[in-house]
Amino acid sequence: MDFTRRDTLALGMGAVALTVLPFRANAAADDAIAAFTGGAAMADAGVTLTAPEIAENGNTVPISVEAEGAVSIMVLAAGNPTPGVGTFTFGEMAGAHSASTRIRLAGTQDVIAIAKMADGSFAKASSNVKVTIGGCGG
Amino acid sequence: MISRRDFLQVGMAASALVGASGFGNWARLAAQQSLTQDQLLQFDTFGNVSLIHITDIHAQLKPIFFREPEINLGVGDNKGHVPHITGADFRKLYGIDDGSASAYALSYNDFTALAKTYGRMGGMDRVATVVNSIRAERPDALLLDGGDTWHGSYTCYHTQGQDVVNVMNALKPDAMTFHWEFTLGTERVRELVEGLPFAALGANIFDAEWDEPSEDFKPYQFFERGGVKIAVIGQAFPYMPIANPGWMFPEYSFGIRDQRMQEVVDEVRAEGAELVVCLSHNGFDVDKKMASRVTGIDVILTGHTHDALPEPVLIGETILIASGSNGKFVSRVDLDVREGRLMGFRHKLIPIFSDVITPDAEVAALIDEQRAPFADKLSEVIGQADTLLYRRGNFNGTWDDLICDALITEREADIAMSPGVRWGPSILPGQDITREDIHNVTSMTYGQAYRTEMTGEFLNVILEDVGDNLFNPDPYYQQGGDMVRVGGLGYRIDVSKPMGQRISDMTLLKTGEAIDPAKTYVVAGWASVNEGTEGPQIWDVVEDYIRKQGTVKVAPNTSVQVVGA
Repeated sequence: MDFTRRDTLALGMGAVALTVLPFRANAAADDAIAAFTGGAAMADAGVTLTAPEIAENGNTVPISVEAEGAVSIMVLAAGNPTPGVGTFTFGEMAGAHSASTRIRLAGTQDVIAIAKMADGSFAKASSNVKVTIGGCGG
Repeated sequence: MISRRDFLQVGMAASALVGASGFGNWARLAAQQSLTQDQLLQFDTFGNVSLIHITDIHAQLKPIFFREPEINLGVGDNKGHVPHITGADFRKLYGIDDGSASAYALSYNDFTALAKTYGRMGGMDRVATVVNSIRAERPDALLLDGGDTWHGSYTCYHTQGQDVVNVMNALKPDAMTFHWEFTLGTERVRELVEGLPFAALGANIFDAEWDEPSEDFKPYQFFERGGVKIAVIGQAFPYMPIANPGWMFPEYSFGIRDQRMQEVVDEVRAEGAELVVCLSHNGFDVDKKMASRVTGIDVILTGHTHDALPEPVLIGETILIASGSNGKFVSRVDLDVREGRLMGFRHKLIPIFSDVITPDAEVAALIDEQRAPFADKLSEVIGQADTLLYRRGNFNGTWDDLICDALITEREADIAMSPGVRWGPSILPGQDITREDIHNVTSMTYGQAYRTEMTGEFLNVILEDVGDNLFNPDPYYQQGGDMVRVGGLGYRIDVSKPMGQRISDMTLLKTGEAIDPAKTYVVAGWASVNEGTEGPQIWDVVEDYIRKQGTVKVAPNTSVQVVGA
């Protein structure tokens, strides 16, 4: 079977637009955290972030957050060019303090959830989500 | 009063004794030419429940040679622990004599000579004999299939899994979980699963659109055996759409989801389960970590990473059983469950020596029936092997070296890539290579051999990415395959380094020059997970190459330098 150069470039692993190098947390993420917490200390417990260890599709990664007694939960994709994903706010009558969404990740990076509690304290959880080429399963 | 933990440790000791009587004796027995079926099957029935585990058959219905890995490196907390112990160290750990039948079955040294002494292993007709024998002693024993069953042979490919389904159904399994089965595509998987006379399980199989548990697979199944209420929970391969082509089964999502596993365990316990068994395709190290995070599982029957361990591994109060691959072994686990809890167990990894265990006539006839329509195609001799052809090992095997040579030659490439899968039987020097043999190491539903151009930088990205799937110190980030095999390219890997820093000294072997990140190289490979990959099927490429060679000789591969282990 013959291929033109144009065909072969379009083939298989040649679809290399996917960037798989790890992304580091950037200054914009730190700024967003500072703006949300006002620089306050954050507890390690109190917010649960559920995210896959390895994304099945980096363009639509399902995540969920839960923090009992939170008034709001901010979600950041620390390695995205624009780290802000969203902030979920919960009113006093909220039955459950949880939310689920799908986010787009530019590459392997930490997803961060920060909950603001009713008493003004903060809690943080983070999870490393890998975006990979894949393709070599046993 | 003896705690449950004490009981489990007594169980471990008892298990080791059974292991010793089974394993230590084989060498002597074999030396006396008296390795018998009765000795292989000898087991003092224990407790009130028996589990029979078989996994990762990869459609090998007939006996095969299968060389276990020489290199199987563990990283992080798993460094130096089973299954990351091979060869002489493995034999020493389990008290196995050099040159014994168990040395042949479980380690790699002197494989060719020992294979000639002890013969082929596996065969579903022999497995049927073992299963029937256990059922004769314990009629209500549970037979559990860990998946990677409907994949890996010429006949399986051409019947879309039907040949293996027909044969396995004759063995009457009680439940099954899944991995490569999904590469048959959603439609075919649903069709086969709907017709199964046993439970198709996967607590981590989700509907991709709604991110809710799939309605096509049950998370668990209850059984009443020996007066015990048993829950068997399925755990399918977590990284299906990443390690295999997700576009073939876009309706499903997977993942480890250990919180979900805990919820399911809690649910079955609340419903009165006295024994909780997880039938898993996570891979051994992932199961070890899951066992440390999820409480309430008594037994994990592990699969995916193809490890065969003569003794269970105890993590907390969970026992892990590893039953090998390709039909080489069946595990029998007898459990004593009283007052709603596991009090002790006895275990034996039963090696399926095909010349020692009598085939079950009914299943043997059924296997022949599946193969009959393809008999001429299967048996056609394409060439001969001058070198032992094997695949297993973290970095390279002679089968993949041969496949890479075929790709470079037949596809006129600078560099070749072959996926680091762990299936694929071995061929002894002097043996004919038939078309069936070639398909046994290449068969898949996405076998197109691509030819493309890649920059040196992207080649590095691939090696780093696959390396991290194997050597990330956190097992939850490992996909359970071996390293991608390369032809025409040398490199150095430091397995102790983080991603992005493991690979160095990449060299184009044909010129001896360093790989230039900015330069473009012609790369041939197969098993791309991308939709629309074009090219001839890899088995045709390999067949053409072997036919031209006549007798295949593979030179020792010294182009991968491994450090940090």
